[in-house]
Amino acid sequence: MSKFKKNRGKASPEVSTASLPDIIFMLLFFFMVVTVLRDAELKVEIETPRATELTKLEKKSLVNYIYVGAPVEKYKKEYGTKARIQLGDKFASLSDIPLFLEQHRSKVPEAQHGGIKSSLRIDKGVTMGIVADTKTALRKAGQLLINYSAKKKES
Amino acid sequence: MAKTNSRDRMKNEINAGSMADIAFLLLIFFLVTTTIAEDKGVLVKLPPWSEDEPDITKLKKRNVYSVLVNADNQLLVRGDLAQLDDLRENAKTFIMNPQRAEDMAEAPNKAIISLKNDRGTEYGTYLEVYNELKAAYRELRDEYAEKKYGKLYEYCSKEERAEIRSAIPLIISEAEPTNFGDEG
Repeated sequence: MSKFKKNRGKASPEVSTASLPDIIFMLLFFFMVVTVLRDAELKVEIETPRATELTKLEKKSLVNYIYVGAPVEKYKKEYGTKARIQLGDKFASLSDIPLFLEQHRSKVPEAQHGGIKSSLRIDKGVTMGIVADTKTALRKAGQLLINYSAKKKES
Repeated sequence: MAKTNSRDRMKNEINAGSMADIAFLLLIFFLVTTTIAEDKGVLVKLPPWSEDEPDITKLKKRNVYSVLVNADNQLLVRGDLAQLDDLRENAKTFIMNPQRAEDMAEAPNKAIISLKNDRGTEYGTYLEVYNELKAAYRELRDEYAEKKYGKLYEYCSKEERAEIRSAIPLIISEAEPTNFGDEG
């Protein structure tokens, strides 16, 4: 009898928190893996249109982003309200597109060059003029796989 | 003696209690910077660049389904004003031509959709139209796959898909936009 009582008295009353770091680390690693660090600050306003025939873009390293839209409030004074192209984190013109594509291409292994896609994130309010010019520039640069970024349409 | 005793006690373990705090800090950093929102969109394969425009006048008129979007975002399909809601069904009928009508495609693999817009057309409208045309093809391929293989196109094997694609190829020819409307 006395033996049992002694054991009970020794048991620690606290819950062990030693495994807490492990749990947190697990969560941490999950978020580290799914994270895409925002590399570009958007300087143009973009509300992508809605569509139903969507394809998911996989392999983020094979995708380059071209933004087209009207400058955000902050840049309106400097750049006006007309739709503009943004490559990386700065405003650009059509003639900058080939260099931009080449810079991205050089980061991708040669064997995967055929799979490079351009994601065109274009505001639904812009006119087709600038979009057509962008498309022509892409075709001239040999970038033929493009993806018009869009949101899912609930039908 | 007492001194060595205290040293022995220090040896025991490093306090790992603050480890959780450090991990939390990192976790919160990644939570804040994370954008899980994945990128989805309408995938398009552009034709390679060539100086001369493809001449669609050489094609038989019955095989060409011309869709025009003007600067006021109105739709002109084969010369008639049309509504976006009807576009998908009409395009499907045109491509398959179930009644063997004289003015519709001879065969699904001969049908060509010619899409033309103005520089003043709104991009949103353009994409909606493109989406409808793509959807028409997707539905036709699904129907074909269902009939032939008893399953949807996306569940077909590589060879089956290639067969379906050659039976119903997606041909959307885009002409250079016209320049009548205002560019905003």
